[in-house]
Amino acid sequence: MGRSINIALLGNPNTGKTSVFNRLTGLTQKVGNYPGITVEKKEGICKLNRTTRAHIIDLPGTYSLNASSMDESVVIELLLNKNSKDFPDVAVVVTDVENLKRNLLLFTQVKDLGIPTLLVINMADQMKRKGISVDLPFLEKKLDTKIALVSTRENQGLDLLKELLLNYRQLSTQPTIDLYTIDQQYFENLKAAFPNQKLYKLWLVITQDVNFAKIDRKRVSDATDFRTQSESELKRLQQKETVKRYQFINEILKVGLFIDRDSATDLRSRLDRILIHKFWGYIIFFLILMTVFQSIFDWSSIPQDFIDTSFAALSELAKTRLPEGVFTSLLAEGIIPGLGGIIIFIPQIAFLFLFISILEETGYMSRVVFLMDRGLRRFGLSGKSVIPLISGTACAIPAVMATRNIENWKERLITILVTPFTTCSARLPVYAILIALVIPQGSFFGLNYQGLMLMFLYLVGFGMALISAWILTKTLKINSKSYFVVEMPNYKLPLLKNVGITVWEKTRTFVTEAGKIILAISILLWVLASYGPGKDFSEAEQIVTEMHLNIEDEALTTKINAYKLEHSYIGILGKAIEPVISPLGYDWKIGIALISSFAAREVFVGTLATIYSVESDAEETIKNRMASEVRVDGKPLFNIASGISLMLFYAFAMQCMSTLAIVKKETNSWKWPMIQLFGMTLLAYVVAFSTYQILA
Amino acid sequence: MIPLDQLALGEEAEIEQIETDHLPLKLIEMGCLPGNAISLIQKAPFSDPLYLKIDESHLAIRKETAQHIFVRLKK
Repeated sequence: MGRSINIALLGNPNTGKTSVFNRLTGLTQKVGNYPGITVEKKEGICKLNRTTRAHIIDLPGTYSLNASSMDESVVIELLLNKNSKDFPDVAVVVTDVENLKRNLLLFTQVKDLGIPTLLVINMADQMKRKGISVDLPFLEKKLDTKIALVSTRENQGLDLLKELLLNYRQLSTQPTIDLYTIDQQYFENLKAAFPNQKLYKLWLVITQDVNFAKIDRKRVSDATDFRTQSESELKRLQQKETVKRYQFINEILKVGLFIDRDSATDLRSRLDRILIHKFWGYIIFFLILMTVFQSIFDWSSIPQDFIDTSFAALSELAKTRLPEGVFTSLLAEGIIPGLGGIIIFIPQIAFLFLFISILEETGYMSRVVFLMDRGLRRFGLSGKSVIPLISGTACAIPAVMATRNIENWKERLITILVTPFTTCSARLPVYAILIALVIPQGSFFGLNYQGLMLMFLYLVGFGMALISAWILTKTLKINSKSYFVVEMPNYKLPLLKNVGITVWEKTRTFVTEAGKIILAISILLWVLASYGPGKDFSEAEQIVTEMHLNIEDEALTTKINAYKLEHSYIGILGKAIEPVISPLGYDWKIGIALISSFAAREVFVGTLATIYSVESDAEETIKNRMASEVRVDGKPLFNIASGISLMLFYAFAMQCMSTLAIVKKETNSWKWPMIQLFGMTLLAYVVAFSTYQILA
Repeated sequence: MIPLDQLALGEEAEIEQIETDHLPLKLIEMGCLPGNAISLIQKAPFSDPLYLKIDESHLAIRKETAQHIFVRLKK
């Protein structure tokens, strides 16, 4: 193996930085988290020539080195920390030819840190159409660097970039701006205090907002003396610095960049006129959402049914072909259904991210933020919370993963915490059977009662999501100072490669990260349901056979299974929680269903089928059996009061280990999923309790 | 000189003065500096947020932020 060099990719959002990264690394990339925080860390390998490999880090998009979010502080942290194993030998700043002026601001900052810095001017394919031309030799001379003109769309210029990277040692490390011209006195004092440090580096350490900082301040800890300047004084200096940088850039671009405005065709303003129209904008957004969720439901149901039947068949195959025993049972009833429970989410996740990445890539997502910001702001959410909240109606798992687009950590966390309140598709089978059971047929002004109930449950879910978001905003003390400044990028056709990589990455992350936890809990639930203490469990077959002498084989097996479940650990748990849940109108059988539906809410129906020894899975049969279930006093177990109480319990309770697993992954701690689990379950309990007590 | 949130749709102006303490540095760095051209492209309902073109950047900011930017209309 030859030598390896570290490369950091930097750039403003929407410059195609990630496209450059994808072009260079392809599927060699790894996505993880920076330690302790939830900023995505993307790295990959690129072979520059036969002997040299580049280890490339795609740093989060940033407008400048003055951090205003956790993502951005990651960038500065890396560039200031020479001891990091990822510290770049060479930095590559990716810019968009149409926003060159603003993009160069970041370039001058990075270069002033004394790191060899290359400039990539991307979207070269747009130049002709937009009437833009650049004088590369002039720009290279004035910016004191090498420039690669690249088109990721047409795959051009990347070989030149690789060649420039190989020769990074020839790049100059001279600063672009003379900081002394901003405030001679101040910067002279600073330099005198730390003669060995780069001046701009010192200045950055002093001005970074402490809230974000994990920047190693030790060596310059005395620099706090220089903070004696008031905050607003420092900001004034920063503004002066920005003005200086723009003066420098403007001087250069005046000669080096030529834009023929007349030949520019203005797609942006034509599309914006409709897409963010005060009325039509919302209608179009609504239609897009409808299409997206229809397809998530419809298109996913085909592969999902296939996955469902395949795993059931596989499980059956294991049961019949393998010798009977603990291992076979674990495989057939624990591991295979557990794996199936993970894989069944893949179609929904893949479809949702297909749409989301297309909406992101085209630039439409920023328009959604613009349209929705004001409405959601009063609940402490962001315009970007719309997508997760509404995708939650399909499934909370991809929805939680979709919050990654929200930059502000507090808004993102709140969105993650409240998303599981929206009515996901797994709640539907539970609602369907309960509504059919307890809500009378009939109609009110042409609106059918049962339909109204279902609509009510959806509204209650959304309502609770908004209310709890509002409460969390008021109570969570998270210092994430952020301002609403959203760039409205140009409209672009999505790059297939970028879309593909996003879909692949999100799906892979779910299977490997959340999958582990889901599989573990599935096996735990299997153990609880397949073992029990005492003779009632171990001799169940004998006991039941003696009780029912004249009965067909199949019916007998069903009865045995029901008896076993009743006396298994999970059955004992169900009975143990009966005193707690009986004020809600439930008995121990429902208790078992509540516990086992922790694996997935829709398991509720299947579990009740087993407990009531219903032989067929048909909804009608289970429903009839449930309807005939009575309490000790002879009244039906499922009536309006207990039925609605149960539905509201399902509406609010956090009964989905897969969601908890993905929240753990996304927030990087068990704290938030535990708060969700206990908070939501407590809320569900209180609501179900009051409902039952009032209605009964 | 008028605060930015009073600019009419489609009107072109020049930034005259900014209240640095009330503005995010990010906005300043995106070109919100005295002397630069500014125009209002679109408003969301209730005039919030505002979709602006500042210098060469297209961006959206909230009304509360816009109140700290003062502009002069171009004749």
